Amino acid sequence: MSMIEIKNLQVKVEGKEILKGIDLTVNAGEVHAIMGPNGSGKSTLARALSGHPEYEVSGGEVLYEGKDLLDMDPDERARDGVFMAFQYPVEIAGVNNAYFLKAALNAKRKHLGQQELDAMEFMQLVKAKAKLLDIDQSMLSRAVNEGFSGGEKKRNEIFQMALLEPKLAILDETDSGLDIDALKLVANGVNAMRSPQRGFIIVTHYQRLLNYIVPDFVHVLTGGRIVKSGGKELALELEQKGYGWIEAA
Amino acid sequence: MTQLAERPKPVPFSSALEHRPQGGPRWLEDLRARGAARFTALGLPTVRDEEWRFTNVAPIGAIEFTPADPVSGVADQLAGFAYTDAPVRLVIVNGRFDATLSRTKGLPAGVRTGSLASAMTDHADVVQRYFGQLAEFTSRSFAALNTAFVQDGAYVYLPDNAIVETPIHIVFVTGAEASKVMAHPRTLIVAGAGSHARIVESYVGAEGQVYFSNAVSEVFVGENATVDHYKLQQESIEAFHVASLHAHTERSATFSSHSFSLGGKLVRNDAFAILDGEGGECTLNGLYLADRERLIDNHTTIDHAKPHCPSHEIYKGILGGTARAIFNGKIIVRQDAQKTDAKQTNRALLLTDGATINTKPQLEIFADDVKCTHGAAIGQLDEDAIFYLRARGLSFAEARDMLIHAFAAQILEQVKIEPLRQALEAELFEQLARDLAEVDGART
Repeated sequence: MSMIEIKNLQVKVEGKEILKGIDLTVNAGEVHAIMGPNGSGKSTLARALSGHPEYEVSGGEVLYEGKDLLDMDPDERARDGVFMAFQYPVEIAGVNNAYFLKAALNAKRKHLGQQELDAMEFMQLVKAKAKLLDIDQSMLSRAVNEGFSGGEKKRNEIFQMALLEPKLAILDETDSGLDIDALKLVANGVNAMRSPQRGFIIVTHYQRLLNYIVPDFVHVLTGGRIVKSGGKELALELEQKGYGWIEAA
Repeated sequence: MTQLAERPKPVPFSSALEHRPQGGPRWLEDLRARGAARFTALGLPTVRDEEWRFTNVAPIGAIEFTPADPVSGVADQLAGFAYTDAPVRLVIVNGRFDATLSRTKGLPAGVRTGSLASAMTDHADVVQRYFGQLAEFTSRSFAALNTAFVQDGAYVYLPDNAIVETPIHIVFVTGAEASKVMAHPRTLIVAGAGSHARIVESYVGAEGQVYFSNAVSEVFVGENATVDHYKLQQESIEAFHVASLHAHTERSATFSSHSFSLGGKLVRNDAFAILDGEGGECTLNGLYLADRERLIDNHTTIDHAKPHCPSHEIYKGILGGTARAIFNGKIIVRQDAQKTDAKQTNRALLLTDGATINTKPQLEIFADDVKCTHGAAIGQLDEDAIFYLRARGLSFAEARDMLIHAFAAQILEQVKIEPLRQALEAELFEQLARDLAEVDGART
């Protein structure tokens, strides 16, 4: 059974149709890159899959491990193993990062029928993950994303992903605006988490990220449709030729 | 209609005023008489009065409140309110000091706490020098009414350099079972040079009782002294609460006020701070919670009279039901008060469509080398933040609660008395949980 099966997905934002019928299947263990020019609908796809209320599904279906994903609330999706790294992580004043992460992790553990972690166990886990990703632990004692630099926010997203261990991880332009060090850190995080049990959908505007995360498949999204799919070499072709040749074809 | 409106209105409380308390020193008798005369001339404020534009106090005048007699049996009642287990506790029942319920032992030598009425005779020189110096009543009806009924209340005196580590908790209990009563408690706090104290004023009453509590507190902070003041308003939700807090700071003195309004049907808090010595510092913080049809009005004034005084002010409100709130924050910077640094923030969270707030910053600046900032933000919970938390697996209710707690935490964290902070937090979140359950009930 596929991890996620997207069939003819149509999505509207503020009444305007952005996705006009997306078909995409991701199996466990695969990394799929979604590329495309600005305004093509890449981020719309990521956000619709995460259940963002402003993205209205007007047609098609999405099966996640055989279940109707679109019928699930955003928090149900998260607890069930779908994770989206935000393009623009939200700053939440007054909510301590560690406190938030513990609540998120325990919400998931509870859902899976596992015992909730106490403060000690949680901190041990956090330390191990921070070390794995080379992340500064002082980030944990600050408010969620508040006053974080762009790079710190993205690192925090990857850190959350590592902690929550999703089955399906969706990265929404996580690489945009990152310097090369931050980019490597994000890529290392993803690579460390690649496993036969986990699928990735990586939405990116730039081929550069794919030098560090080598995808199994590359899809080109333009005008709300996937117009071309291929292997990792497609990304290089796009890098050389731009999107024009596909749009023209 | 016009003719009707012009007909002279009967003065509320006129019969009570005739039977106002007698006795005490001569100056007190005079003061009461002047208060009564002033109130008779002013009457209650109306919404035509700029200071009372959004707060209609006609319901207070419409009830024939009678001066309260001391009642027994409040000992058991006290346990139900936050932080009443404080080691030093002054209990004021219906405006009068209750010695049997109070605990005043263990304070440093020279510190005096207890009944204001007693202090008027046996600490007369201090009381007479300070009493009524800040609580101006020529233009303020409720202060005039309080003055007309002055009889007793709480007294705290710290001699120079007295450091009082133990918080002093003053508990005002108002109400009666069978009648609608009013009380006009008075508090006088005099902190000598270099002294330090933490003082908590709690206003409480039995749930469901209708009463009117009209309090006036004056705080004098001497040179280089520090007074942390906490006010916890936990009146019955059928009660009327009008109170003014007046603070005066001398050179290099620090005054902070933390006001928590959790109860009351109609609540008006006035806080006035005069920074009257160079290098003084003042903090006025507030957190209020209103639901149902309740109204909470906070008016604050920080008067920078001397140079080099920073002031900090944050007021936050959480409103549900069809509750209404008013925040009016005035900052005056006198001509002499160069290098003033005043910051004011006012935020309100509206949990329902029916809740409203009227907010107004007022800056009156007469000096030219000053820094004054103010900001107001009113709104619902941030939907992006809610989605972000949900996208990490928290339910809608969990996400919302986390954000509301964070909103309140900024004020709660500044409470330096740990058991008080814990009690407040527990009380606040218990009430919030009830309100949110109502909001959820309405949603489905």
